[in-house]
Amino acid sequence: MSTATDDRYNKLEKVMKKLGYEKNSLIEVLHSTQGIFGYLGVDTLKFVAKRLKLSYSKVYGVATFYNYFRLKPKGRHNIVVCLGTACYIKGSEKILQKIEQRYGIKAGETTSDEALSLLTARCFGSCSLAPVIVFDEEIKAKVSLENPLCGIEESIK
Amino acid sequence: MITSKQELQELAQIKKAQNDSNPKEKTLDTSSAFYAKQKRIVLENEGIIDPEDIEDYIAHGGYISLFKALDEMSSKDVIEEIKISGLRGRGGGGYPTGLKWESVSKVKSWQKYIICNGDEGDPGAFMDRAVMESDPHRVLEGMAIAGYACGADKGYIYVRAEYPIAVDRLTKAIKQATKLGILGENVAQSGFSFSIEIRLGAGAFVCGEGTALIASIEGGRGHPRQKPPHLSDNGLWGRPTVLNNVETLANIAPIIKNGGEWFRNIGTEKSSGTKVFALTGRIKNTGLVEVPMGTTLRELVYDIGGGVEDDKKFKAIQSGGPSGGCIPEHLLDLKVDYESLKEVGSIMGSGGLIVMDDSSNMVEIARYFMDFCASESCGKCTPCRVGTTQLTQLLDKFIAKKATKEDFTLLKEMCEVVKSTSLCGLGQTAPNPVLSTIKYFEDEYLAGVCND
Ligand SMILES: Cc1cc2nc3c(=O)[nH]c(=O)nc-3n(C[C@H](O)[C@H](O)[C@H](O)COP(=O)(O)O)c2cc1C
Ligand code: SF4
Ligand code: FES
Repeated sequence: MSTATDDRYNKLEKVMKKLGYEKNSLIEVLHSTQGIFGYLGVDTLKFVAKRLKLSYSKVYGVATFYNYFRLKPKGRHNIVVCLGTACYIKGSEKILQKIEQRYGIKAGETTSDEALSLLTARCFGSCSLAPVIVFDEEIKAKVSLENPLCGIEESIK
Repeated sequence: MITSKQELQELAQIKKAQNDSNPKEKTLDTSSAFYAKQKRIVLENEGIIDPEDIEDYIAHGGYISLFKALDEMSSKDVIEEIKISGLRGRGGGGYPTGLKWESVSKVKSWQKYIICNGDEGDPGAFMDRAVMESDPHRVLEGMAIAGYACGADKGYIYVRAEYPIAVDRLTKAIKQATKLGILGENVAQSGFSFSIEIRLGAGAFVCGEGTALIASIEGGRGHPRQKPPHLSDNGLWGRPTVLNNVETLANIAPIIKNGGEWFRNIGTEKSSGTKVFALTGRIKNTGLVEVPMGTTLRELVYDIGGGVEDDKKFKAIQSGGPSGGCIPEHLLDLKVDYESLKEVGSIMGSGGLIVMDDSSNMVEIARYFMDFCASESCGKCTPCRVGTTQLTQLLDKFIAKKATKEDFTLLKEMCEVVKSTSLCGLGQTAPNPVLSTIKYFEDEYLAGVCND
């Protein structure tokens, strides 16, 4: 799809315009880009670089520096396992392992049918509910180590 | 528009009357042991006010301190009051806030900035999140007072993107305060102007460090730089800048309202006021607690925290996150303040307290933090980039019980090298969890040494 006809690029253009095409608004622009496209693809990053008059290497460098930015598309569902200290003490690594085994993917990967992406995070600030996972933006508290996918597995299609 | 202290007080009265006639007001059940030892200054409004309603904040005495400062105090008076209070930075370092403000106020520049550090990178801590979400106006008020004291007319709040509710509430709060003329041009016709913008972090622990945070606001990778020059001379866009933590700023309004003396009388001589801790891990009552400085760890764990989960045996408490250390049982009567924690090989840090029972292996805990630092190292300087990775690998050998005596010596030496030669606080403190566990739990390291 060409950038001119893809509505998402129009949206992104509007965001950059609102920020005055300022070079130093790069991180804001990348946040919006990820919001619009779901991830930061090579073509999109090149587009941002061109419009903000920054080198592609600068834009790529910033996009890869920060953990929050995803360079690959997400699956239809996503699970984020918290590996922060409070969750770690309560066994979050086991939860991660169990989910990895169940779907045959590693953290950071997406299943081949694109049903599920598995991600990790460094604390959601919900530590008193540890161990915590986030399923499709919803916090699941005090997750069972034996059966971490309880009540979730059915919806992953 | 509110143009004077009087109008603010009138609005507070009206709203109070409304609240009284329509009592939805929540109060905390402070009779339980969990609350009995707490003292709430920073969290006084948490769960009590509606964070999305500026009038509710005003009805609970909000923005009175800002108007008092503008009306009755010179910027010098404000700084003097903060100095008297003895308030020290709650972001970890414990630097006296009054002195920090004073140095920026003395620099001549047509443009200065106040930055609120809401990055809260310590994985296992959430006090700043609670303040930003439950009482956002308190942070704005603290920033505006800082702006008045230092001669800055522009503020930024750097919030981690993982806190969407905090971002949302702060955004609403800024809008409401601007609409009422409490932020913006010529506040209360005092000639003082102050505006605030939000900047989103993007998940990099190192961006909590001042110079990296500024690089990030400027739109680049968050690489720290050498200091000096300090932020007070050369901060955001090269201008004099005050960087304060959320909790530090949340203490400002009460200090201006009640006076520096009042604050100084709470806590210990060198660490005044309260501290909010995030009590988590293997403990019965988890959650945020605010206690006077000088409260003992034992009180925190047993009286407030209710003791170890499943009545297991207490082993250690970790404070200060990846830069801190593990404190063993025989030190539970330690009074918590900046100095005593340092003396036992840990730090106050941002306020995460994680309780561990005897099912935790201390070498694995140390490895967990080292691995965290290795993956969060920005890579700019070699001791940290390479050192943290090598230390992680060394710790793996202990965990696999395949370490040699030489490995143990090497581990200790490497910790010292990384500590003393890294460029920024991340690398300089990364070995702390290892050093403190070696200090108190050496046998667990020796158990990983094979003798053949
Ligand atoms: C690696 C690293 C991470 C830090 N993370 C934070 C943080 O998340 N929040 C914070 O307030 N301070 C953090 N700090 C401390 C800040 O650099 C700075 O000292 C503090 O925000 C100053 O505010 P204060 O004087 O009010 O404490 C961090 C420091 C380092 C070296
Ligand atoms: S100590 Fe680590 S985080 Fe800090 S500048 Fe060096 S490499 Fe970067
Ligand atoms: S450590 Fe998992 S939510 Fe904080």
